[in-house]
Amino acid sequence: MKHLIDPMDLSVEEIDHILNLADDIIANRPKYAEVCKGKKLATLFFEPSTRTRLSFEAAMLELGGSVIGFSSANSSSAAKGESVADTIRTIECYADIAAMRHPKEGAPLVASLNARIPVINAGDGGHNHPTQTLTDLLTIRRAKGRLNNLTIGLCGDLKFGRTVHSLIKAMSRYEGINFILIAPTELQVPDYIKEDVFKKKNIPYREVETMEEVMPELDILYMTRVQRERFFNEADYIRLKDSFILDPEKLKAAKEDMAILHPLPRVNEISVKVDSDPRAWYFRQVENGKFVRMALMMVLLGLDQKA
Amino acid sequence: MLNVDSIERGIVLDHIKAGKAMVIYKYLDLENADCCVAIIKNVKSKKSGRKDIIKIDDRIDINLDVLGYIDPNITVNIIEGGKIVEKRPLELPKQLVNVIHCKNPRCITSVEQELDHVFRLVEPETRTYRCIYCEHEK
Repeated sequence: MKHLIDPMDLSVEEIDHILNLADDIIANRPKYAEVCKGKKLATLFFEPSTRTRLSFEAAMLELGGSVIGFSSANSSSAAKGESVADTIRTIECYADIAAMRHPKEGAPLVASLNARIPVINAGDGGHNHPTQTLTDLLTIRRAKGRLNNLTIGLCGDLKFGRTVHSLIKAMSRYEGINFILIAPTELQVPDYIKEDVFKKKNIPYREVETMEEVMPELDILYMTRVQRERFFNEADYIRLKDSFILDPEKLKAAKEDMAILHPLPRVNEISVKVDSDPRAWYFRQVENGKFVRMALMMVLLGLDQKA
Repeated sequence: MLNVDSIERGIVLDHIKAGKAMVIYKYLDLENADCCVAIIKNVKSKKSGRKDIIKIDDRIDINLDVLGYIDPNITVNIIEGGKIVEKRPLELPKQLVNVIHCKNPRCITSVEQELDHVFRLVEPETRTYRCIYCEHEK
């Protein structure tokens, strides 16, 4: 493994290795403080994504490395019309590893096909965002102690939400997973995912329109934001954005050890009153994102045996 | 009955679905071939009722992947000394490079003109290909 472009590029064993390493980083942080000393991460963000970029940068800094990069296409040579291939060939002269966010689907793959350094896809349009998937897997494993035998409720925008699609694919490789899809009909999981994943692999799933009716069954409740930019029509956005809001009242019916996840940022789909509930894992999820990126960069740089 | 001379040395593409000869002519870029090329349309066929045939009067390199993608039932006959010396089998190609183009406006190929358009076969039964960059289906 040299690059991480699609979350399904990783085998279950490789994912286990990364998650185990992340667990060890969390338990023994001083041990990893200088693992990447002398190494440079380039963050190539052709569209702004402050939290993902800061997570990568914090991860590299915590490993003792340093960071270079840009945070929008306007401040990069892409504004002058440079190709992705030329950009990566230039950057590899300066950095040891690169994380790329790009509005066009497949741009990080193009970079990886032309690069001598590892390239990490930090989000390509509505396509893939593999480090978010790793973050979700680490959080589920730390919350529940396992990645199998779970009933997972996915709530909100399941049609356009790439994190949801990637999570479904990633979790479908573990035994005993049961999905409950909580969304209005307009925002349900696309048919191709139902065909390719649920039906082909015989994975049980149910589609429901309210979270109340399934709350007591859930081990994981994965909330998502209804994103304005994914809608063609403002009226549809306004009509659907408040459909699924989690508040303490709805949470009363949930299991005591259910874990609530959210890729963030949230708008209003989780009431702030839920934040103090021990079942709220979404801010710990953010921190896990940094740890899993530390583990991933160590593996891609071949430094995972060094610590 | 229209007669087209048989060729001494070259390639005959037989059993082309009737009406598809021009599509294949275009995909194989035969308009830029230096040799003589005959397109014979709507020939009576015992096997399929009607068929098209393309005769190429030289052993030029042709892209068998393109033919396999358009129709794997086409017969590719190699002619030497006026006789068929070889029949090349066609199969659905695992990968297509610059044969079909990605139409997804969000795909990186929509803005970088010099990138190859690469599609991979993901489901032979349904002949489904996906763009390697954005995974859109063709």
